[in-house]
Amino acid sequence: MAQKKFVVGCFEDEKVLFPAVAKVRKEGYKFHDIYTPFPVHGLDHAMGLRETSIHTAGFLYGMIGTTTAVTFMTWVFTKDWPVNVGGKPNFALPAWIPITFELTVLFAAVGMVLTFCYICQLAPFVKKHVFHPRATDDFFVMVIECGEKTNEQELTDLLKSVGAQEVNTQVAEEGWWIGRYDQEQSLYNEPNIA
Amino acid sequence: MSVTKYESQIREPLVNGTKTYSQVTKDIVHTIEVKPTRLWYIGFYISAALLMFGAYSVYREVTYGIGQWNVNRTIGWGWDITNFVWWVGIGHAGTLISAILLLFRQGWRTGVNRAAEAMTIFAVMCAGQFPIFHMGRVWMAFFTLPYPNTRGPLWPNFNSPLLWDVFAISTYFTVSLLFWYSGLLPDLATVRDRAKTKLRKHLYGVASFGWSGSTKHWQRHESLSLVLAGLSTPLVLSVHTIVSFDFATSVVPGWHTTIFPPYFVAGAIFSGFAMVQTLMLILRKVMNLQDYITLGHIEAMNKVIVLTGSIVGCAYLTELFMAWYSQNPYEQDIFFKYRIAGAYGWSYWLMMTCNVISPQLFWFTKLRRNVLFTFIMSIVVNIGMWFERFVIIVSSLYRDYLPSSWSIYYRPSIWEVGFYLGTFGLFFTCFFLFSKYFPVIAIAEIKYVLKGTGESFKNDMDVLEQKEVDEFVDEIYHGHAEGEVKVAHH
Repeated sequence: MAQKKFVVGCFEDEKVLFPAVAKVRKEGYKFHDIYTPFPVHGLDHAMGLRETSIHTAGFLYGMIGTTTAVTFMTWVFTKDWPVNVGGKPNFALPAWIPITFELTVLFAAVGMVLTFCYICQLAPFVKKHVFHPRATDDFFVMVIECGEKTNEQELTDLLKSVGAQEVNTQVAEEGWWIGRYDQEQSLYNEPNIA
Repeated sequence: MSVTKYESQIREPLVNGTKTYSQVTKDIVHTIEVKPTRLWYIGFYISAALLMFGAYSVYREVTYGIGQWNVNRTIGWGWDITNFVWWVGIGHAGTLISAILLLFRQGWRTGVNRAAEAMTIFAVMCAGQFPIFHMGRVWMAFFTLPYPNTRGPLWPNFNSPLLWDVFAISTYFTVSLLFWYSGLLPDLATVRDRAKTKLRKHLYGVASFGWSGSTKHWQRHESLSLVLAGLSTPLVLSVHTIVSFDFATSVVPGWHTTIFPPYFVAGAIFSGFAMVQTLMLILRKVMNLQDYITLGHIEAMNKVIVLTGSIVGCAYLTELFMAWYSQNPYEQDIFFKYRIAGAYGWSYWLMMTCNVISPQLFWFTKLRRNVLFTFIMSIVVNIGMWFERFVIIVSSLYRDYLPSSWSIYYRPSIWEVGFYLGTFGLFFTCFFLFSKYFPVIAIAEIKYVLKGTGESFKNDMDVLEQKEVDEFVDEIYHGHAEGEVKVAHH
């Protein structure tokens, strides 16, 4: 798989990180990613990432669950094996509410988690390149992909000037699991910061 | 920026002292990286021994049948279903803390949610054993599942509350597990990246699914947590509602009441929080986590206990009133002859004392913030809640419509008690393993609230207030072309 070069800058404080992100974007560099030990609110917008739509997927899975439950129970009790219980209706919708509800929740939750793992490429035995081991501890690690025209030295100096504690260059393999980086991460808006 | 410095008199800090991010990591991950203490080993071996005894009790029951327990044709549910309802109830607090309190934006949940969710999962595992082994021929337990079979195919009865239970409990277990584990991924990655030994690095690497902390992944993770919380909230209410349907849809006097669903849900939260208190008080002491599970956390949970305890008390009185008001002789007999009096009257009054009277002491701030008192109360409440289920099941069953089927005195056999003790063994064995091998506090979530609370907040309040304003402005200008203002997660 293709090898790529990255310039990695580590920040210790989110107060320094936000202006740095704005500066780096303004200079026209392309983020590979920023790795943080906890969710930093507003960072996704600062980087120009679009909103996730995983909740829409959850809604669709839930609808599939509802439909499955209702159609299956209807088929069983009215077509496949109707039983006369004291003349009560076979199509007993109120009595099916609990199971319909449970299956809705089950489908939505399981579907969403699987989708989450798939689009984030998370699974047991998946190994990803760790740019800095402290990215899961107390460092905010900004990773910038080097293109053909990128001047590494200039970029390193820029990162140092905006407050990075550590700056280094790393070579890592592109594509870890299904042969691509997260595609959504390459989707950047035009920098619209004044 | 000149923001008036005002220190809240009501909100206590969520984390005591001034801590850096790496200190938080160290404090919480520490126990995973060192050998367990002697106390841990003692506790673990006692739990494992209980589990063995439970396994033997279950072996007796599977081999010789339910006659090994003293249940009979009149009192068919006995200790077994009492224990089932009790454990399911305990299993409600974890999801309540992680889901409902997340939606209500209660910051204090971050300190206790991880361990409480683990407790939920173990409690549901214990609960599931009871109805499964109560089937008698346990090797046919899979008959409850609707799979295409060679008997017709013959389907289970989807109109039966007992089958609703199968769906409710299994869904609840699955969703709680997913919620818990998806929250664990970032913290397991923290342990992985700190690991000094190769084996630990490998094992936590596998367990953390290769989590990297990417901003995009965090964004999705937050959305996932929020939706799972939204799904779990009605789920947690539905589970105990459905458990109460097992009773409420029958025609047994004392069970056939519409108050059961809300009354069971309140009771479940009540006993669940008591169990969380029991575990947290031990955990914070043994693992030195007093800065993360503070007196403020304990007080907040005690407030939930006094609220739900009062709801439960109200439900008990309503039941008595309705029995009189209905003018139904069977209802009246059950409540006034056989429940508050009669052979099992002692259990009713024990329940009343433990569940209704004693939690009222939590109206006093001093007692709410007293660790020893809270610990004792947490156990008293759970004894009371066990007796609540015992009262409901046994006192309604031992007197029926037909005097010929009356059964005067039911007492459990050693194997019935052993099965119950065995689930304690299972619960605590799992909990001991969890406290050794998993981060017991959600590290990432603590780091997220760290700068917004306590000393560190006071130190740079101006900056943080400004940041909040900036974030708000950012929310309005970015990503919401339709002009709607979205409230930030958490």
